[in-house]
Amino acid sequence: MTPEPVPLLRVENLQVHFPVYSGVIAQKEVGRVRAVDGVSFSVMPGETLGLVGESGCGKSTTGLALLRMLEPTGGQIVFEGTDITRFDRKQMLPIRRRMQMVYQDPFGSLNPRMTVADIVGEPLDVHRIGDSGARRAKVLDLLSTVGLTKEMAGRYPHEFSGGQRQRIAIARALAVEPALLICDEPVSALDVSIQAQVVNLLQDLQARMGIGTIFIAHDLAVVRHISDRIAVMYLGQIVEIAKRETLYARPLHPYTQALLSAIPIPSPAIEAARPRQIVTGEVPSALNPPSGCRFHTRCPVAMARCKTEIPALTALGDGQAVSCHLHPG
Amino acid sequence: MKRLLVRLLREKPLGAAGAVICLVFLFCGIFADFLAPYGYNQISLLNRVKPPSGQFFFGTDNLGRDVFSRCLYGAQLSVIIGFSGAALATAISAVIGIVSGYLGGKTDLVTQRFVDAWMSFPELIILIVVVSVLGPGMGQIIVVLGLLLGIGGSRIIRGTVVSVRENMYVHAAQSMGAGTLRILWRHVLPNVMPPLIVLFTNRVGAVILAESGLSFLGFGVPPPAPTWGGMLSGSGRAYMYQGPWLALAPGLCLTFVVYAIAMLGDALRDLLDPRMRGSR
Repeated sequence: MTPEPVPLLRVENLQVHFPVYSGVIAQKEVGRVRAVDGVSFSVMPGETLGLVGESGCGKSTTGLALLRMLEPTGGQIVFEGTDITRFDRKQMLPIRRRMQMVYQDPFGSLNPRMTVADIVGEPLDVHRIGDSGARRAKVLDLLSTVGLTKEMAGRYPHEFSGGQRQRIAIARALAVEPALLICDEPVSALDVSIQAQVVNLLQDLQARMGIGTIFIAHDLAVVRHISDRIAVMYLGQIVEIAKRETLYARPLHPYTQALLSAIPIPSPAIEAARPRQIVTGEVPSALNPPSGCRFHTRCPVAMARCKTEIPALTALGDGQAVSCHLHPG
Repeated sequence: MKRLLVRLLREKPLGAAGAVICLVFLFCGIFADFLAPYGYNQISLLNRVKPPSGQFFFGTDNLGRDVFSRCLYGAQLSVIIGFSGAALATAISAVIGIVSGYLGGKTDLVTQRFVDAWMSFPELIILIVVVSVLGPGMGQIIVVLGLLLGIGGSRIIRGTVVSVRENMYVHAAQSMGAGTLRILWRHVLPNVMPPLIVLFTNRVGAVILAESGLSFLGFGVPPPAPTWGGMLSGSGRAYMYQGPWLALAPGLCLTFVVYAIAMLGDALRDLLDPRMRGSR
């Protein structure tokens, strides 16, 4: 019997709440925005987990909490076998070397006053890896890895296009050879023609270096292309998680079904003929989420029980898990 | 540096003119001892209130002192007071502004209320009180002007820092584990350089003007030190009708220098911003 493989990252019941205060002098907490409310998943070494959901569902917040850029309100983050949920700044330093982030906006995530070489070399500098000669060599190496030339090392970010900037950001993230890469919508700010290049680059690098990746996105076509497994989030919770093939072939949660039916197909005939599951209304406020199943206010197949009873995320075999009363396991 | 000069000439003619005037001003200030044909307090009672001539370029004052020489020595005092005062003011603004803006929260709240309180005092009154307590002198003026302008100016830097802090590259640096000092030095400071440079140049002018104002009121560097402000208020005002050059010479020096510094500051701000490279 082979031993159970150890996940690179395990997240248990993660919660990130933002308290809302009222009053000027004697501040009183009047409510909480439950941006992330009980999220659990794991990432294996070298695996890509896609995290999808519409704006405001908490996917970016989850990413920031994993990096401890936001304080988790509750739950557990276990990275490489170590519980880092309550690590302080100093304890986090060696961990930060192992997990890196690529941000959404390549125009904002690069310091306009640093050269490309300084930007890419900064993580090496921060973690004091190698001497200046070795760092320089590593930086040039990284630039060629992401498809940029050595001559570009001395230039400033504003001299590059969006796609090139995102390559610089990727080179920076890879500089310390992390085990986990968190990509927060890395291509949604790019032109469609450039998106494919950057996604392919990420996929290629990841396969070559064996980096576990959390790919946060709202574009289901991109996620499908790059992910091994996909978790669908709605209002701060994971409603369904499954292997890529399973999720796209047999989505079980009504929200996942609605999301998938919203992907445009580049053929008017098929587009017109296929059934659409349309979800009406707005996403409820995370300040005051609906009782029971959070999706029941918009769910086309909601039952009486959905209003009162919270469905648990139930494993259905083959790595698929759904939180819906229609699929009690 | 060489490229910066070329670009200054090509893209910012007004700034280049300002730079030339500033250089002349600096040169005069530093080498006043060699350039001045007469001593700043060399009295010649035979040549009282003489108009400008080949012998006395800017004429003479009521005690027969050469106004040109006094303007040169005045430049020396203005250079010393202007640059040290502005350097002190900018450094104070940068430290208070960056710490308060970057740390935010309670630190920011407390610091900013202190700055509010400080700014609500009328500057001139503080200056006059301090000078009357400590006695007039160059050192006092530099420190008091530096503190006064520095604390007020920190508001500008803080505002910039608050917006710089929210940039994703600061988040990126935090998430890669960079320490606060490193972030302040490598990410925040370079991105608040444009306002700092403008603030500094603005302050050089302001300090020179404030010193002149103090000297005009008699609280500045005590006579016979030849400050421009002192020359304006002393012989310049008393003998304005007999010898208009007595007021014109220091007044024009002051105007030209302050204007030139401001022009140079504006040009530098644009040139130092890599995003503005190649643009006009």
